[in-house]
This record gives sequence, C-alpha cells and structure tokens, in this order.
Amino acid sequence: MAQLTYRDALNRAMDEEMARDPKVVLMGEEVAEYDGAYKVSRGLLAKYGPERVLDTPITELGFTGLGVGAAMVGLRPIVEWMTHNFALLAIDQVVNEAAKTRHMSGGQLSAPIVFRGPNGPAEYLSSQHSQALASYWAHIPGIRVVAPAFPADAYGLLKSAIRDPDPVVVLEAEMLYGFKGEVPDEEFLTPIGKAAVLREGSDITLVSFGKPVHMLLLAATELEKLGVQAEVIDLRSLRPLDEGTIMASVAKTKRAVVVDESWPAASMGSYVAQRISFERFDLLDAPVEFVSSEDVPMPYNHALELAVQPSVEKIVAAAKRALYLEESHG
Amino acid sequence: MAEPIFMIALSPTMNEGVIAEWVAKEGQVLKSGDALCEVETDKATMAYESPVSGSLLKILQPAGSTAAVGQLIAVMGKAGEDWQATAAAHTGQAAPGAAASAAPSQAASAQVAPQAPATASTPSPVPSGSQPPSTQPAFPALGPVAMGAPEAPAYAESRIGGGNALPAGLPPSSPLARKLAKEKGVDLRSVRGSGPRGRVIARDIEAHAAAPGGYAGALSAAQAAAKPGSQAASPVPASSPASRLSAKGLRSERVPLSKMRSIIASRLSQSYSGSPHYFVRVAIDMERLLELRAAINAGRDKALSLNAFVMKLVAAALERHPVINASWEGDAIRYLPSADLGLAVALEGGLITPVVRSCELRGIEDIDGELGTLVAKARAGALKPEEYGGASFTISNLGSFGVEEFTAIINPPGSAILALGAVSKEAVVVGDDIVARRIMHATLSSDHRVIDGAQAAAFMAELKALFEEPARALM
Amino acid sequence: MSAPDAKLYWKLRADMVFMRLFEEKAGQMYGLRKIGGFCHLYNGQEAVAAGFSSAMDMAKDYVLTGYRDHGHALAAGMDPKAIMAELFGKISGCSRGKGGSMHMFDAQKHFLGGNGIVGAQIPVATGVAFAQKYEKTGGATVVYFGDGAIHQGAFHEALNLAKIWALPVVFVCENNQWGMGTSWKRVSAVDDFSLMASAYGIRGELVDGMNVLTVRDAAQRALADARQGKPVLIEARTYRYKGHSMSDPQKYRTREEVEEYKKQDPILILEDAMKQAKLWDDAKAASQDAEAEKLVAESVAFAEASPEPALHTLYEDIYAGEAFFMAPSSGPAAQAGK
Repeated sequence: MAQLTYRDALNRAMDEEMARDPKVVLMGEEVAEYDGAYKVSRGLLAKYGPERVLDTPITELGFTGLGVGAAMVGLRPIVEWMTHNFALLAIDQVVNEAAKTRHMSGGQLSAPIVFRGPNGPAEYLSSQHSQALASYWAHIPGIRVVAPAFPADAYGLLKSAIRDPDPVVVLEAEMLYGFKGEVPDEEFLTPIGKAAVLREGSDITLVSFGKPVHMLLLAATELEKLGVQAEVIDLRSLRPLDEGTIMASVAKTKRAVVVDESWPAASMGSYVAQRISFERFDLLDAPVEFVSSEDVPMPYNHALELAVQPSVEKIVAAAKRALYLEESHG
Repeated sequence: MAEPIFMIALSPTMNEGVIAEWVAKEGQVLKSGDALCEVETDKATMAYESPVSGSLLKILQPAGSTAAVGQLIAVMGKAGEDWQATAAAHTGQAAPGAAASAAPSQAASAQVAPQAPATASTPSPVPSGSQPPSTQPAFPALGPVAMGAPEAPAYAESRIGGGNALPAGLPPSSPLARKLAKEKGVDLRSVRGSGPRGRVIARDIEAHAAAPGGYAGALSAAQAAAKPGSQAASPVPASSPASRLSAKGLRSERVPLSKMRSIIASRLSQSYSGSPHYFVRVAIDMERLLELRAAINAGRDKALSLNAFVMKLVAAALERHPVINASWEGDAIRYLPSADLGLAVALEGGLITPVVRSCELRGIEDIDGELGTLVAKARAGALKPEEYGGASFTISNLGSFGVEEFTAIINPPGSAILALGAVSKEAVVVGDDIVARRIMHATLSSDHRVIDGAQAAAFMAELKALFEEPARALM
Repeated sequence: MSAPDAKLYWKLRADMVFMRLFEEKAGQMYGLRKIGGFCHLYNGQEAVAAGFSSAMDMAKDYVLTGYRDHGHALAAGMDPKAIMAELFGKISGCSRGKGGSMHMFDAQKHFLGGNGIVGAQIPVATGVAFAQKYEKTGGATVVYFGDGAIHQGAFHEALNLAKIWALPVVFVCENNQWGMGTSWKRVSAVDDFSLMASAYGIRGELVDGMNVLTVRDAAQRALADARQGKPVLIEARTYRYKGHSMSDPQKYRTREEVEEYKKQDPILILEDAMKQAKLWDDAKAASQDAEAEKLVAESVAFAEASPEPALHTLYEDIYAGEAFFMAPSSGPAAQAGK
C-alpha cells in the first residue's frame, strides 16, 4: 500500500477518472500550465492536453457557469476553485443553476459536475482567505457535499464525486494537501454519504469533518490519559449526512462533542448538534458540546488566528465538561 | 361561439375593478392587444387589452361600474355573431374556474361592511331595572380558586433565564438521569446533583441507587406510608388532602378542558378582571373558639366541624355589617336578605361551592348537618344547581393544607370572599408576656365597587372579635 | 436577402401569430388567477425568436433564455400544451409544475431553459457551446437575454470565455428598451450594445428586432460564424408591449409610446412584406389565425383538465436515484409513513 499525500491522492483520482471517461474535463485558474495553484492538477495538462485541462481567466462566475452548461449536455467537468473564498463569486451558478437544473426542468436535465478546492483556514492569510464555508453548500438541496480528511478518502470521494449524476462540492483543506497517508494501490470508490468511525470508544463521541478530524484523534489520545475512551467519527460527507453512524455512537456513549471550524451560527456543526440533541435526547447525560471557530473574521496575527479556531485543548475541555470531569461546577 | 370577456386581475392584489372608460366601442373590430377599456384597480388605472381579435359585440358593464375579477364585462366575436347566448352562459357568476377570485372578492366586501352606517347594529344599552346585567353568564356558581393553592402550577425561578424554568421541586437533571431515575424508582428530588448548577446526572442516580436505603424519596415514601404496616417515615400524612391531590406524578400531556374547568376559568377570570379586588387581613386568636368547640364536641358522637362554627360566626358578622352581604348589578347594588354562605370544596379536576342558606337564622348543629350533606353530595357530583348557586358570601378554607394565609377570588354574585389559613401556634404578646397562642390568618377579598375599605376593615374587626369571643354572637 | 420564399414567410407569420395569441391567452389566464407568480409576456418581441429559430438546426443547436421564455420555448418547437400546463402548475407541464412561467425546459427539443436570475444563463450557454465544440457536434448555442442582463458580470465573463476558447455561441441581446421600469439609456454606457462585442474581439451587430426577415438574415450569418468558432453578439432592438411582468402598472412610459411601437408591429411588418412580394392571401391568413386560436384553446383545455401534481412529487426531481433529505420531514413524506 502506497503512502500518498492528500494532494497526490486527489491528483490520482482525477488522473484515473480522466483516463477512464473522456467526458471528464478539468478547468480552473492555474490548473494547466502552472500545474495547479496547490499542485493538485500536476501533470494532467501534459497527459490530457489543453482540450481537457483548461486554464481559465479569473472569472469564477463565468467558468463555473460554463462548467454547469457543459455538464447539462453531457460532459463531466471538474471545476477547481483556487479556494472556496473565491467561490462566493460563483455561488449563484452553484445554488441557482447546478442545484436547480434537475428540479426546474422537472427531471429532464441534470448537471453532473464537481466543484472542488481548498476550504477553511490555512495560516497567515487574514480574513478573506481563511474562511470555512461548508455551510454555504451544505444548506442547498440539489447538491452533494463531501469533506475528506485523509488521502484515501480524498481519492475515493473525489472519484465518487466525478461519477455522481448530480453536482458535488468537494471541500479540501490547504493544510492537509501535504498530509501523507495510506491509499490502497487498487482502485476503489468511497461512497458519498457514509461516515467513518476512526476510533471506537464507549465514553464520549467526538464528531467533525475535514481538517479538525485530525484534532479529534489527538484529543482522543489526550482523553485516554484520563481514562476516557472516546469514539471518533469523521463525517466525510455533509450532504447526505450519515446520521445513523452518529446516533448509534451517541446511543452508546451518551455524550457528544461536535467540532466545526466554521463560525457557530447556521453551521454544519450546529446542525449536527441539534440533530443529536433531538434524536438522542433521552439518552444524553450532558448537553451536546459544540466547538466552532470564534465568531470573528480571521485575524492575520498567528497567535490570534490560532486562538480563533478549534484546537485539541478546546476539544478536550469540551469533552471534560460533557463527562463532568471538570471540578469547578457553579 | 362568441368569446366572453371577463374582468381580470390587473394587479396581484386586485379583487375587483372599476371600468373607468370603454376605449373600444360596440361594433369596433379589435386586434388582440388593443385596449378594450381602462380599469381602476386598487393600485392604478390600467389598460385592459383585448385577449382576442374580433368585434366588440356587447358591453355588459358600462363605464363607471365595478366588476369583480372573473365577472363577465363584454362579449367579443365575429361581427354580427350572437352575443346573448354567451352572455347568458356566463352572466351572474364568475368565469369558469374563477372561484379562487370570487372568494377574495367576498372577503373584501365583508371587510368593508363594518364601515357602513351601523343603524341596526348599535349596541343595546345595559338593561336597567332589577334584572342582573346580561353580561353575567348564567353559569352555575362555582367556588373560588385560591391563589397560590398547592395544586396551582408553580415554577421555580430560573437560574439562567426564563426559558430554563423547571417545575418546582424538580432539580436540574440530564435526560439520561431522568430516564435512569424512572427505571430505578429513584425520586430525583432526593438526589444531590453533582453536575453544573446542581444538575443531577447519570452517575448521581447510580450512586444513589447503589447506596443502601438511599432512595426512598418523598413520593415513594408517601406511597409506602399508605400501605398498612409500613415503617417508612412520611413527610406528608397519607390521609391529608395534599397527598390525595398530588399523587399523580409529573407528566407531559395536553388535557382538553372539562366543562367544569371551562366554567371555572371563565367565571373566575371574569370576576378577577371585572371586579376591583382588594384584600384586608387579620390574625385571629382561635383559643376561645377552639375551646368552645372542644367543649361542645366533648359529649357528642359526631364532632361538629370547625367550618360550621366559622359559618355561624360569619353570618353573625354579616348581620352586623350588611353592606358586605351584597351583590353588584351594574347599575345598582343589591343588598341580600339572608346570609347564604358558600364553602369552597375541592373536587377532582375542579371545585364547587355548596351553599348553606340563611345561616344567620340557624344553629351550628343545623348548619353542620346540612354542610355535611352538601359536601358529600358535592364529592359525589350530585349537587343540584340550587344547592351551589347564589352564595351571598363565600368562605374558602385551605387550613387543612397547612397554608398560612392566602387570597381568594370573589365568587359572584357575592361581593366578598373570606380566605382562611391554617390554625397554628404562634408567639404573641399578651400583656407583657410572649405566649404561644393558636392563631388563624384570615383574608377578606372585597369588590371595591360594592364595599369600601373601611367597611371591609370594620367587618373584619367584627369577625375577629366574634371569633376571639364567640359569646358576642349572642348579643 | 434571398428571394421571397412563400412557405417560409407563411411559417414565420404562423409562428409569430401563435406566440402573440398564446401570450394574450396566458395574460388572460393570469388575470383569472389560473397562473400565478411572475409572468413575463413576450408580446412585441416575436420577430426575434421566430427569426432566430428559423435559422437554427434544432437537431444539433441549443437555446437558452431568461425568464421571458414562453415565446422562445414555442419557437424551439415545444408543445404549447406542456407550456400552458406548466403555467397552470400542473403535473403535465413541461417541468412537472415545478418551474412555472420562468422555467420552461425541454431537453428533447434542446431548449435548456428559462432562467430566473438576470444574465445567469449566459455563462451556462457558453458551457453548452463548450461541450458542442468538445464533442465536435457542429452545433451552436443561441442564448437570449435582455438589455438589463447585458450589464451583469456574467455577460462579460462569458463573452471573454467564448472568445478565448472559440466557442460556437451567439449572444442575442433582446433590447426591449426597458429593464423592468428603467430605460436602457439611463443605465448603459453605450447606445449600441453591439459595440460591446469589440471589447472581447468578437463581431457585434445591431439588427431591427421588429423585422423578422432582418433578424433571420442576421441569425443565419451569426450562426455560420459561430459554427466556425467565432462567437457573435447580436443586439436585436425590439419593444415589449406588456409590462415587465403582469403586476407592472407601467408608470414609466406613456401609452402613446407603446402605441407608436405597435404601428411597427412585427406581424404587420411581415404582412406588409408579404403583400409587396405578392404572397398575401386573406383566406390563408384567416385560416392561420383560426388554427392558432384553436391550438391555444386546446392548450388551455389541456391545462385545465390536467391533474395537480401529487404531494409526493415535491420530493422528486432533486437527485438522480433515491433522494435524501437532511432531517426527518414533517411534511407529506412523514404523513405517508416514510
């Protein structure tokens, strides 16, 4: 089994899918001759040529809409957004076009397209380039949304996304592009809509998606030192959401900490917390804890930007509250 | 067949329009899109363009007339074509399928109606004379609801905010703790919560249940006490009214109003909001009365109830202060010729006030006998309207619950109600000594429209004097 | 211009007359509350859709448009019954009652929709053209939009993309001179939109949008260019007779202005041309009109008689295969024991 970076796993997925299906094309800013702003598309231009790997002008609305139109008549475009921050310029084409095509046409048409790019905070990027915008997409019926945390899922979910008959938004993470992990050599697909239990435990359930999943694993290690067995769930897909896995776990542990690097209000994390509170109300021994980013735009200063985001310490503290391991009860 | 032309909605909110002007004349040949007429909508004057090409055969609604959306206003067709069949087929009613537009139209006229001169619907003046005001519903007279009585829902002050209020007595607890407590038969109130703000959490229930003899909570103890031979201490006497009334346990349930509940709600809301209540309190030394009652009961098979003594003395006080024994009639105050005393009796799901008539003329034994009969009938649900209606004055005694004092809501047609608390020993100053005396707190609720403060105070002073020296009643 | 072709002229007249009558009936049905919401009528602009569609090969070409889409849908050959039923919100509508006036679609007829977001269809159409080029179908895409949409970034981004990737797309700005209640002149930097093409190195042309023969001629040339990878911008100067939508009291313009344009009615202009070319025939015109009226009446009857969509259909046409929903529904799905 090969050790691949998250970046190379995505690259392998696109490479294999482009080789498999000539209708798959990749377009976006710097995806071709520059080999990708984050080198995710490295080598694809050389392999598939400029008809299938296209550098676009910096017109997110324009090329996103163009991708939707191409998808409506049979192509399988992959639209790369340099980051999800810039996708805000294209949100109309996702929300009003891609997500509605099947519906508005009474089922006659579809837009099988993948929108992908890095989402969430990186480092030293200040407020316009360090935003976690998952809820913008997770909100919308008519699309699917995935957020891989590991190279194997990046590979398997992107391949599923490219083959999906509906629009799929892929939330990658700049901070994970260099993360290495095992990816099986043989081809496989990761099903969209299935969460992964990364670690089993009986005392508390930790839930997140994307980059913060790595914090959950570290938090679980910390908690183990306190004799707490934490179960760690990586949602992998936000839409559809695998509620079954979450609820089965909370039924066992009676406690949950939900982590989302987005802002707190109207976020995927707050939604998951609400679902647990509703579905597992009678079994909860503590309020569902929710760790999000602070409700502020991201500052540039490094100490400040770290303080804004979820951290292992914040997650452990939330878990201890849910476990009543804190002694200072008012 | 010729084409019917209906009034159409020329604005999204238009229900009808006034035809300001017919731009086209009868006989004129129009193309579709040519202006037929100008229509004043609720928003603006709009051109109504012909939906078809042809000759304007007949104008059915002249300029200046109002037409509802869907109403036939004209007929078009080929020159010389018969318009009458088309008109006949569509006249009077809305266009086929235009029901949706007809309804808002009617609604709109209904809204306009109240602005019409209200010659016929001028409210009638309140009838004068001896009739009670018509606003007095002919509901059976029911007893008062004691404010702050134990069965009334009471909510603890939230420590966080209003939204987190929990039922009184139930500590904060996690859903899991509540579930476990129910399974293990643990009374949450007997568990000390170790979570934030004293929240009872799962481990507290487990620890409590594991502790030997640790989970006999108040309710289960009360239930245990009800069993013969039980050794468990009971904080509330099993036979007391409190245990009878509260033996259900908490529940989440929506219960439709019973007839009785509905009448209580209606009458007492009306009484409390419709008559200006005020309250006069006295503390009564009960030693002499209780001694008297003990002496009288000493040789009797069946003890006379304290309530019978109370009613007799109240009747005596009313005789001396007839302004209290009165009824508000809107344009007059009716002073009532006898002390017809109601006594509030709690029932399952409500309460009722059997009335002992003319207490001023009857002896205590007589009053007690009738009261016993009426209360038994009340509990059996067998009281007749004449047995519970028309109290001139009402007494509510929550002393058996241990209530110190309370205020009650006036029970019409009476104008006052006396709320009696428990008799309990208090330290009082007699001469220069502090002594223990059996004291009862009494509160009179009065309708200020009928009874002024000084009158209520004088009555209560009389009542206190009579209770403290019952022999005064002989005078 | 080619020699008069009687069959073509009569076909163009029939198309325009039908659009006109269909829209008049739609307006009437809106007034009778059979049709709700936003309903934008095409009256006055018929020459643009009729002229362009007469130059297109709908076996391989595609059409996209904005929300004033009834005329374009009819010109693309869509079944008027399915359009009227869609306006009525019935299950037999082309979009199963989910689209309404603004969202007519017919995948088979290559009519890719009425679009409700001003200008949003322009990049999408450019993408359709991208696929046509990628698949080497030889087809082209015609996208209609109004004088309001031309100032959207979507328009400018799409022209640039079409040029750099040499896409077979014809951008047709139907300048009906009123962006809702705003005169195009008040909000436009140029008084000839065809000039905007030059900013992107493509050919632009201003045509009389009231003359169907002129439009057809321009369309033929534009499509020929497009098929060779040369996108074209056409400004068709036209005029709408009706308000922006059915609820527009049209305070911004005078009735005289409307009447003035009605003298240049596209149907009248074509009929004059037919008379000059000695192609006119009163009886034939009358029978064309009667045929159109009959078909419009049949469309209304069909829409009236069609059933409402069943409640469960609200869960359909969202995803391929089995649908999913984010939380347990309290709606019809829950009531059906789902």
